[in-house]
Amino acid sequence: MSTDLLIAVVITVIGASTPILIAALGELVVEKAGVLNLGVEGMMLIGAVTGFIVMFTTGNPWLAVFAAAVAGLLSSMIFAFLTLSLSANQVATGLALTIFGTGFSALAGQEYSARPVGIFRSVFPAELAGHPVWRLVFGHSPLVYFSLIMVFVVWWFLKRTRPGLILRAVGENDLSAHSIGYSVISIRYAAVAFGGAMAGIAGAAFPLLLTPQWAERMTAGRGWIAVALVVFASWRPFRLLAGAYLFGLVMTVELYSKAGGGPLSAVPAELWAAMPYIATVVVLVLISLRRAGSTSAPACLGKPFLATN
Amino acid sequence: MQFKLEKRPRPSQAMLYLTPVAAVVLTMLIGGAIFSLIGYDGMGAVREIFLTPLTNSYKWQDLGIKAAPLIIIGVGLAVAYRANVWNIGAEGQYVMGGVFATGVALTTYGVTGWWVLPLMAIAGIAGGAAYAAIPAVLRTRLGVNEILTSLMLTYASVQLIYYLVRAPWKDPMGMGFPQTRIFSEAARLPTIIPGTIVHLGVPIAIVVALLVWFVMTRSLFGFQIRVVGAAPHAARYGGFSENRTIWLAFLVSGGLAGLAGMLEVAGPFQRLVPGFPTGYGFTAIIVAFLGRLDPLGVIFAAIVLAITFVGGELAQTTIGLPAAAAGIFQAMMLFFLLAGDILVRYRVKRVVHQSAEARA
Repeated sequence: MSTDLLIAVVITVIGASTPILIAALGELVVEKAGVLNLGVEGMMLIGAVTGFIVMFTTGNPWLAVFAAAVAGLLSSMIFAFLTLSLSANQVATGLALTIFGTGFSALAGQEYSARPVGIFRSVFPAELAGHPVWRLVFGHSPLVYFSLIMVFVVWWFLKRTRPGLILRAVGENDLSAHSIGYSVISIRYAAVAFGGAMAGIAGAAFPLLLTPQWAERMTAGRGWIAVALVVFASWRPFRLLAGAYLFGLVMTVELYSKAGGGPLSAVPAELWAAMPYIATVVVLVLISLRRAGSTSAPACLGKPFLATN
Repeated sequence: MQFKLEKRPRPSQAMLYLTPVAAVVLTMLIGGAIFSLIGYDGMGAVREIFLTPLTNSYKWQDLGIKAAPLIIIGVGLAVAYRANVWNIGAEGQYVMGGVFATGVALTTYGVTGWWVLPLMAIAGIAGGAAYAAIPAVLRTRLGVNEILTSLMLTYASVQLIYYLVRAPWKDPMGMGFPQTRIFSEAARLPTIIPGTIVHLGVPIAIVVALLVWFVMTRSLFGFQIRVVGAAPHAARYGGFSENRTIWLAFLVSGGLAGLAGMLEVAGPFQRLVPGFPTGYGFTAIIVAFLGRLDPLGVIFAAIVLAITFVGGELAQTTIGLPAAAAGIFQAMMLFFLLAGDILVRYRVKRVVHQSAEARA
C-alpha cells in the first residue's frame, strides 16, 4: 500500500469517526449527570438538516455548525422538560425524541434532497497540507480539530474543575447533592443542553464533512452507536476517542468494499454494511466480560429525581 | 397563585386511561396549530390525518390491515415493557419473521396444501423469537443492555434482506429487480371479505390481543411478568426467577413481531422486497405506550396510529402535506402522553399563600 493511499485511508477513518465522537462526548457528559438520553439519533438528524439548510442558503459552514448546535440544544430541551421537570420515563422519552427528530428532519429537508453543498474544508492554507504527511496534521475539517479538542476539554472539565465535580456528584448520588444545596435539576438541564448541542454539531458533520447533501435518515443509526460507545468507553473521554476511531475504521472498510475490487469484495457488501452494528454488539459483549459484574456506570443513571421542596 | 405537585397514595386509574385520550386530543389541537404556524394548512392536516380515515368508509379496510401488525407487535412489546425488558428491536424481529416465512414459501414453491401457511407462521414466530433470543441471552448471561443490542440487530437484519433479494433469493424472471418471486397460491394469505384487501391477519391480530390479555390478567405467567417488572426485589423474594421472566418477555415479544412479519410478507407483500421493513416495529413502541401496556388498550392505540398512517397518505395527495408529517404527529402523541404520566402519580394542588388568605 502506497503512502498516499494509506494517508487517504487514515483521513477517511478520522472523518467517519468524528460525528460519532462528538455525539458520544455530549452523551458522556449527560450520563455523568445521571441522565440517559436515548434521543441522540433524533437530535443528530435535527442538527444534520439544520446544518444542511443553513449551509445551502448562506454557504457559511461556521454559521451552519452554530445553527445545528442551537437546533440540537432546543430539541434536547423537549427531553429535559419531560424527564426532569415532569419526571417522565427517560427511555421512552428518548425514543420519542428520536422518532420526532426523524419526522421533523424529513419534513424540513424534503425540498432539499439531492442538492449538493460545499464541504467544510480545512482552514489552513493548502500549501501547508501539500505533502501527504503534513496533510495528516493540517488537512482536516475544523470539525475534526473541534472533536479532538473537546475530548480534552470534557476530560479536563469532569476531572479537574469544580463544576465538573458537582456534575459527577449529581450523577452518582442525587439525594446527597441535593441535600448539600446543589440544584440537581438545573445541573441536569445544563448537561442535557450540552449533549443536545454536541449531537446537533455531530449531525451537521454528516452533510458538511461526509456526504455533502441531505438525505432522509442520513445518520443511519450512528447516534445509537454513539450511545453504545459511551458504555464501551466506561464513561471515560480518552477511551471514547479510541472507540470512535475503531468504529471509523470499520465504517471505512465498508466504504472501500463498496468501491469494489481487492480482497474486500470476497464478502457480500451487505455484510460490510452490517458490520458497524454487529461490531457494536460484539464490543458490548466484550466489555461486559471485562467488567465481570462490577459496573462503572454513574449510580443514578436513568433514575428520575423529584425534589420534594 | 401557585401550583404544587403532591404524590398520590396510589396511581390514579382514571388518569391512567384519560391521559392517552388527552394526548391524542392535544396532538390534534397543538399539532394543527404548529403546522399552521410553519405555513401548512394545519386545520386541513388534522382533518385529513385524524378524521377522514374514519369518515371515509372506503378507507376502513386500509385501517384494518395497517392496525393488524401494530396490534400484534404492540401486545408483545406491552408484555416486554411490563417486565421492564426494553426490547426496541421489534422491527428486526419482524424482519426476521418475514425472512423465515419467505424461506418456507420459496422452498415449498408450487406445492399446494393447507399446511403451507401454518408452517410459514411457525417459521415466522421462530425467526422473530430466535432473533430476540440474542439480546435475551446477552442480557441474562452477561448483563449487556438490551436496548442497544436489540436495536443494532435491527439495522443488521435490514442488510440481510438486501443481501437475500439481491443474490440467493432473487427472482430469476424478475428482470434484475432485487426481489423474490411472488409466492405461490398456498403461501399467500387469503382475504376474508371478498372484494376488499382485508386479509386473515386482521382477525388473527384481535385473537392474539385477547389471548395475551387473558394470559396477562388471568395466569400465573402474567402475574409473574407484572411483579418482576414492578417490584424485582419482591419478585425475587417470592421465588420468581428474573432471568426466566426476561427470557419469556423476549420470546413473546420477538415471536409476535415475527408472526406480524410472516402475516405481512404473506399478505400485503406476497414476496420479499427491499422495502419490507416499513417501520411497524418502531411505531408499535408508541402503540404499546399509548395503549398503556394493556393488550386491550393496544387494540385502540393501534387503530389510532393506523388512522394517522392512512390519514398521512391521504393528506399527501389531497392537501400536499409531506409524508413525514404523520410521523411528527405520532411523536407528539407520545410526548404528550409521557408528559401526562405525571398526573397519574401526582396530583396538582393549588397553593394558597398565607398573605393571600389574610387579605381575604
